[in-house]
Amino acid sequence: MQRRVTFPNRVLPYLLLAPQIAITSVFFFWPAFQAVKQSLYREDPFGLSSAFVGLENFRAVLTDPNYLHSLRVTVVFSLSVAVAALAAALLLAVMTDRVVKGRGVYRTLLIWPYAVAPAVAGMLWLFLFSPAMGTLAFLLRRAGVAWDPLLDGDQAMLLVVVAAAWKQVSYNFIFFLAGLQAIPRSLIEAAAIDGAGPWRRFWSIIFPLLSPVSFYLLVVNTVYAFFDTFGIIHAVTGGGPAKATETLVYKVFNDGYVNLDLGSSSAQSVILMAIVIGLTAVQFRYVEKKVHYA
Amino acid sequence: MIERRPVGTLLAHFTLIAGIVIVAFPIYYTFVASTRTIAEILAPPMPLWPGPHFLENYGQALFGGLGRIGGVDVSLLLANTTVVALAVAVGKIVISMLSAYAIVFFRFPLRMVFFWMIFITLMLPVEVRIMPTYKVMVDLGLIDTYAGLTVPLMASATATFLFRQFFLTIPDELVEAARIDGAGPWRFFKDILLPLSKTNIAALFVILFIYGWTQYLWPLLVTNSNDMNTIIIALRKMISFADAETEWHMVMVTTILALVPPVLVVVLMQRWFVKGLVDSEK
Repeated sequence: MQRRVTFPNRVLPYLLLAPQIAITSVFFFWPAFQAVKQSLYREDPFGLSSAFVGLENFRAVLTDPNYLHSLRVTVVFSLSVAVAALAAALLLAVMTDRVVKGRGVYRTLLIWPYAVAPAVAGMLWLFLFSPAMGTLAFLLRRAGVAWDPLLDGDQAMLLVVVAAAWKQVSYNFIFFLAGLQAIPRSLIEAAAIDGAGPWRRFWSIIFPLLSPVSFYLLVVNTVYAFFDTFGIIHAVTGGGPAKATETLVYKVFNDGYVNLDLGSSSAQSVILMAIVIGLTAVQFRYVEKKVHYA
Repeated sequence: MIERRPVGTLLAHFTLIAGIVIVAFPIYYTFVASTRTIAEILAPPMPLWPGPHFLENYGQALFGGLGRIGGVDVSLLLANTTVVALAVAVGKIVISMLSAYAIVFFRFPLRMVFFWMIFITLMLPVEVRIMPTYKVMVDLGLIDTYAGLTVPLMASATATFLFRQFFLTIPDELVEAARIDGAGPWRFFKDILLPLSKTNIAALFVILFIYGWTQYLWPLLVTNSNDMNTIIIALRKMISFADAETEWHMVMVTTILALVPPVLVVVLMQRWFVKGLVDSEK
């Protein structure tokens, strides 16, 4: 934690820390404090006066059917994205680990979607599946599917899940591949000599040894689906149709920035803060300690 | 490989190729659309090979001016986004190196308080403090400025941790030797620490450049004027006027131009990219 040898200056360290502390204070702590404070007040529509209402905003938010709906949407969305992105990445990583010829090429061709912005990823899939011009939408319709994500909530959800998962596969792939390559070959060889086939070896040896990586990725993917996918939803569906894809983050943005309902938006912000703190705590406590076999 | 199973190997190659096709297809499709006319795009199914309008469409988007979002050329949008991505990446690296240097190499009151302050920012992403942060930006007059687009994104807990971890591995003997030779803190930083950190800086730079380039919610909040937009925000504005005369071939060109620079950074700096990704998550 602390080095034995340090420099004796008294003022210099504060100067070195000043930029970071200034930015965090002005743009992180002060607004967060304001959010907490505002969540306890109710402001009149013209912003002229505000009254202390205690936990009233929270009660209103947590009993609002729209908010509970949005919470359900978020859970469905996050779980679908995490499961789809993890499963696809694991499959591709296992296959890449298996082949000898062309491994580097496969790796390069699979990692670059990481650089595509979530909003752009959403648009790419929208172009393919837009009822007005998407070639795949056209083919679906010709095959008899009533495809219109602008009207059908489930189809809109499917579209944003696919786009969000598509973008995240490359990230998971890199970590799974690193995890696979860290497994000692001798272990797998020993199992093979004992007569275990590839299927058995995967489920009895490789998969358990990957569990720390998998758990870590599950947390990261959940955080990604909660927060970073705002761009996909904002650009592709705008939370619609009929709020079918309105996640919690989209709702905070919409209620605060668009509809200017500050009390409710602040209460929602504080709830989201609690969720992030919970997820970060899980990430730091469990990832290192509980799921560990090596 | 443990044993020879030609069928299994064939299956692996087949799965990987299928995976790559799925990964690449949306981008290929958009590229094809960007080389065709608006009439061809709006009459599905569109042929799946590039059309003849590549130079025409790209030239018009980059330098044509009229008809785009508020008459802003894509070249200006690209310049904005490059400025933002570079400023965020460089700013984050400088600021977190300085903080980590202070925390590791000096002993002073409140050291741990500052450390925890930086740590806690991990739990306060923009998404949980949208409105109050917006108000701060308005009060400070930072809406529609490059400073507003970049400075608030420069604080970084992960980068600070990464440098702290690395600085802790530097042997005390090296610091002692430098001090005996009369090196002050600045000299030590410049001549010893900075050269040793090169690899970490390169790896972090790739990750942070992409982080800056792909920002969405922040530029959406702090820009109103069209000529301060990043390319991704402008793109979203272009498609949100959907159906009423949206120039879809221009949208496709803009999409491709929005994703080529960061993808090139990842592909060309792949080694640093993988290292940065794996390191910064420890």
